[in-house]
Amino acid sequence: MTWHVGTVVDTKTETPTGRSIVFDVPGWTGNLAGQHVDVRLSAPDGYQAVRSYSIASADSSQRVQLAVDKLPDGEVSPYLVDDLQVGDQVEFRGPLGGWFVWRPTDVGPVQLIAGGSGAVPLVAMARAHAAATSTEEFRMLYSVREPADAFFSSELQSLTNEHFALDWIYTRKAPEGAARPAGRITADDLARLAAPAASNPLVFVCGPTGFVETVATQLVELGHDPQRVKTERFGGK
Amino acid sequence: MAIISRGFAGRSREHNPELPPGQYLTEDFPVLSAGPTPELDTADWTFTVQTENGPTKWDWDELHALGTEEVHTDIHCVTRWSKLGTTWRGVPLDAIFEKVETEREFVMQYSYGGYTTNIPLEDLLDGKAWIVSEFEGEPLDPEHGGPARLLVPHLYFWKSAKWIRGLIMNDNDEPGFWEQNGYHMYGEPWAEQRYW
Amino acid sequence: MEHVDGNVLAGPLGELFRFDLTTTSGECRHCHDVSVLARAMVYLDPSGYVVRCSSCGEMLMAIVTTEKRTWLDLSGVSGLQIPT
Repeated sequence: MTWHVGTVVDTKTETPTGRSIVFDVPGWTGNLAGQHVDVRLSAPDGYQAVRSYSIASADSSQRVQLAVDKLPDGEVSPYLVDDLQVGDQVEFRGPLGGWFVWRPTDVGPVQLIAGGSGAVPLVAMARAHAAATSTEEFRMLYSVREPADAFFSSELQSLTNEHFALDWIYTRKAPEGAARPAGRITADDLARLAAPAASNPLVFVCGPTGFVETVATQLVELGHDPQRVKTERFGGK
Repeated sequence: MAIISRGFAGRSREHNPELPPGQYLTEDFPVLSAGPTPELDTADWTFTVQTENGPTKWDWDELHALGTEEVHTDIHCVTRWSKLGTTWRGVPLDAIFEKVETEREFVMQYSYGGYTTNIPLEDLLDGKAWIVSEFEGEPLDPEHGGPARLLVPHLYFWKSAKWIRGLIMNDNDEPGFWEQNGYHMYGEPWAEQRYW
Repeated sequence: MEHVDGNVLAGPLGELFRFDLTTTSGECRHCHDVSVLARAMVYLDPSGYVVRCSSCGEMLMAIVTTEKRTWLDLSGVSGLQIPT
């Protein structure tokens, strides 16, 4: 596998602790929605750090968009969120992973469930669904602490149509007049807002380990076939 | 030759001449592990030494009745991080081996959860090793190997088994978990014995 | 202790195999569960990756990467189904 060099061409603050970054990566031939890259950073003394990040973009161009949330004791994420500037370079290995992916040729309803920055690969899937003008039923449930912590929220909102439904779960602070008070996702939320098990959706759950474990367990309790639930845990809480 | 990312320095690392070769200083204490954290109650906890003459077993109170002492030491992780000046409290292996009769010279440490690591018996004696249950004055966190782990600071830290359950005396030096997967049989940091 | 999912191995194993091991089905030697490796539990020990069966928790594989070589222990996998 080769390491491709990526040069930053654009950055955008997405949340108080996160930003999206677009890289130009010569030799990149595109990626499927849901895939990730390994990003390698090298310091002048030869020290290297490698981390995996989901790709927010899903096309065949040589532009790769990542969205990174800064971890409090992180070694790489603070650099990517606070220091990286247009013109800087990192190395990519990928695209990686053939399992946690959605292809426009896939048939059947899809349920996306995101926790925090776990939304990134699911945003890629929502974008791929829109770009293909797919008529497969897509639903997304996005859980964040409060509205400002969501990645790509206005873009996601603009993608909603008869084949893409979006619901929010706020765990710490809900907006004024919200029907659902702030609180962690529960089996009731899933029963109410997620595609029913009877429609046999392919479910993608991505986020911190604790979130993914809770949601995956609740989905199975609601009757979803565990083989139809795909998870991507990040580690972290 | 990898390209350099402008301004990237990585975790703060000082190269300190007091450290073994290839090591950097850290304030952190990684909690990552090879498997799930066992849930252990000291009420059910036992420690066993298996020899050619049969087993000797202690429960939590019995082991600690052998007497504990405070230990100030440096620890060196094979992944190049060293932590200086750590404080522990535990039962010296010398006190344990006073109650054990064996001619065998090699030990396999085994943990709750299945981890194993091998070590020569002489590296556990003469004030070189403890079963520790306190770190920095507090009970040892399960994530760090609590309620009790082995502490053998003169070797790389993978030789200090977390969630220690017992020792098996062997005639030969048999490889434990990481040793079967490429890590050095002995693990001396000053000789940089990381892998074979 | 937390684990992540097997798809994190796509990069490290992609360096070693011509095919994507994470979408390959493997049989656990201990419990005989057959599952894609992307579903396995991956523990990120600093010393190396420890990959465990999501069904029984026993070790499927261990991956230790050093400057000179990668050691790959596949002893917990009794077989892999590699599509042609």
